[in-house]
Amino acid sequence: MTAEVATPRTVEEAVKPRKKKPVRSDRAKAEARLGWMLAGPAFVVMLLVTVYPILQACYDSLFSYRLTAPDDKAFIGLRNYIEVITDPVFLQALLVTVVIMVVSVIVELVLGFALALVMHRAITQLRGLLRTAILVPYGIITVVSAFAWFYAFDINSGFVNHWFGWVPGISTDLNWFAQQGTSLFVIIASEIWKTTPFISLLLLAGLAQVPSELEEAAEVDGATWWQRLTRVVLPNMKAAIMVAVLFRALDAFRIFDNVFIMTNGANDTTVLSLLAYRTSIGRLEIGLGSAISVILFLCVILICFIAIKLFKVDLAGARGES
Amino acid sequence: MRRRTRAVALAALAGLVLPLAACSSDEGGPPTLTWYINPDDGGQAEIAKRCTEAADGAYRITTSVLPRDASAQREQLARRLAAKDSSIDIMSLDPPFIPELAEPGFLAPIPEDVATKVSKDVVQGALAGATWKDKLVAVPFWANTQLLWYRKSVAEKAGLDPAKEPVTWKQLIDVAKEQDKLLAVQGTKAESLTVWINALVESAGGHVLTNPEAPADELKLGLETDAGKAAAEVMSSIGKQGLGGPGLPTADENASLTLFQGDKGSFMVNWPFVWSATNAAVKDGTLDQSLVDDIGWALYPGMKEGEKSRPPYGGINLGVGAFSSHVDEAFKATECIVTPENQAYYFATNGNPPSNTKSYEDAEVKKAFPMADVIRESLENAAPRPQTPYYNEVSLGLQETWHPPASVDPATTPKKSTDFITAVLRGEQLL
Repeated sequence: MTAEVATPRTVEEAVKPRKKKPVRSDRAKAEARLGWMLAGPAFVVMLLVTVYPILQACYDSLFSYRLTAPDDKAFIGLRNYIEVITDPVFLQALLVTVVIMVVSVIVELVLGFALALVMHRAITQLRGLLRTAILVPYGIITVVSAFAWFYAFDINSGFVNHWFGWVPGISTDLNWFAQQGTSLFVIIASEIWKTTPFISLLLLAGLAQVPSELEEAAEVDGATWWQRLTRVVLPNMKAAIMVAVLFRALDAFRIFDNVFIMTNGANDTTVLSLLAYRTSIGRLEIGLGSAISVILFLCVILICFIAIKLFKVDLAGARGES
Repeated sequence: MRRRTRAVALAALAGLVLPLAACSSDEGGPPTLTWYINPDDGGQAEIAKRCTEAADGAYRITTSVLPRDASAQREQLARRLAAKDSSIDIMSLDPPFIPELAEPGFLAPIPEDVATKVSKDVVQGALAGATWKDKLVAVPFWANTQLLWYRKSVAEKAGLDPAKEPVTWKQLIDVAKEQDKLLAVQGTKAESLTVWINALVESAGGHVLTNPEAPADELKLGLETDAGKAAAEVMSSIGKQGLGGPGLPTADENASLTLFQGDKGSFMVNWPFVWSATNAAVKDGTLDQSLVDDIGWALYPGMKEGEKSRPPYGGINLGVGAFSSHVDEAFKATECIVTPENQAYYFATNGNPPSNTKSYEDAEVKKAFPMADVIRESLENAAPRPQTPYYNEVSLGLQETWHPPASVDPATTPKKSTDFITAVLRGEQLL
């Protein structure tokens, strides 16, 4: 709950210049120092392993640089960026990435909310077992789950075609990884299967924060189940929903493993991370690949910005800190 | 308390430093050569052991395994060589990627006397695959080629005897259509598709690249020719008529072997590993002996009647790292590794065909691979894939424009792929 209580200010207070720093007690200072000592090493390591490569990528992206032709390295300014942004392969990859992100986040949100409700309302004896069962897919390494889904749908070794032969459109001759639509279906389905538990966990935390008195009051007032859900529960857990959407959207936008294992970009299923990988690691075009990586990074920042500024996601609110 | 802290600190320091000490080479003993090998059934490790013994203290060879996938092997070696890694003494290289490493000087130049020795009695295809700009830059080790594998029952019914009379792709397509059978080819979007396209174009008398040694922006493709169109026609007929089965767009070498072993199997182009794999499956009881008895082999199918085909060429050649501190010893070691005896041993135990013709006379080889002579003949005719430092771009560009096989159109695909690959090579398009 983020409601603020407005405090009347006196004229004096409004006119007075703000104090530079509030005076902190010795205890507060000691706590801050302890905080830095505890978090400091991790912070330094984070800087080393994230900021340094990001800066290096930004620098490399300004060069025409192929790893196997080090002597031909030349500064070309922003030409790599212009080339990437105007390239049909890049635009196609961006579109596929956005489709995967939007579809998977929407489905995961609905499924995740349903699961969260089940976990929230489940009988106490079953709660532990239920939560563990729901969390199993999230505990599986993405590459492993990608292989599992790939082999399940594979035309030679898969069982899906045999089990679901009665569904119109599915037969033993259906090659899921031979067209864009069916390939994306399997990729997105695998993504949803794996990360819905994550969303449901975040939403469960949100559900737990909704005061039961509000629901009870609504019930007493004669509100139906649906009215209680849409008028009381959902508005009160908006912060948790937005945080779940933001985290998953960022995650889904960087999708790599599923596509790499299942199609490796065949049938127009290349996503941005795969394009960056193929350019930097496969083609050894460090300059061009870095430019794609930087653009990918900027896209992620843009999604964060949109979520936090426009949709006003309150990261602290979701944890119940405010 | 303080003493304990100091003890912990000392232990931590020792933990950090000791493993590093283990990395430093031990002075005094014979130099240790590191041979980066592709994963196999233990043959290269055994050869390394034999050569260490034969060196009699002059050097020791240890092996270090590279990733399973050929392109991942290339990525790792290229990155390490670009960083001037001196730990790479000898490396097992996939031939198409040799020019890329030779051009920037990542491979140590082969001394004349070594070049003469290691080229003796070597099949033409393997020599061509180890050469860049008219110079031998890698030591030919083992050489692979694809054969035409066929079900004798199907060929007999169609009145064909591929072992005696070479067959063409058109004949195979006609027989498969008539008898409602499937052709086992590799249509997945991977290196195997490039292998197929290259063999089709070369067999039709053309080349994927007409000037493979030119710089990236001057490379010219030879696809908009009769040969390119003929290749597209074969691939398009197989794809459009469903002769590769529904699994064609994702069929790799193993998937095509499974198809060939099935009820609808008829003809297959594939590497010789299929022979040992099928025999092993019979031994395990998953396949019937009658299947093995029904399998025949012949030279790769041609494009025109009466004209020899140019089968695919693969295998492994040995490069010596330019930044190695033991280049002389490394070359001596490669001479030992590629002796006909070692190559024969490698073929008989691991199923990888020798590049040296002498090895084919080995009794063990003849017993394990009754088709050894056909393999040797196929290697003499084999055409390497385009030898250019930009091979990766060319190969990925072909896969991008010729996949799936059913989408190939002889009228448009050759031009489309020429335009696309040219743009990629000039740096005007992403891949």
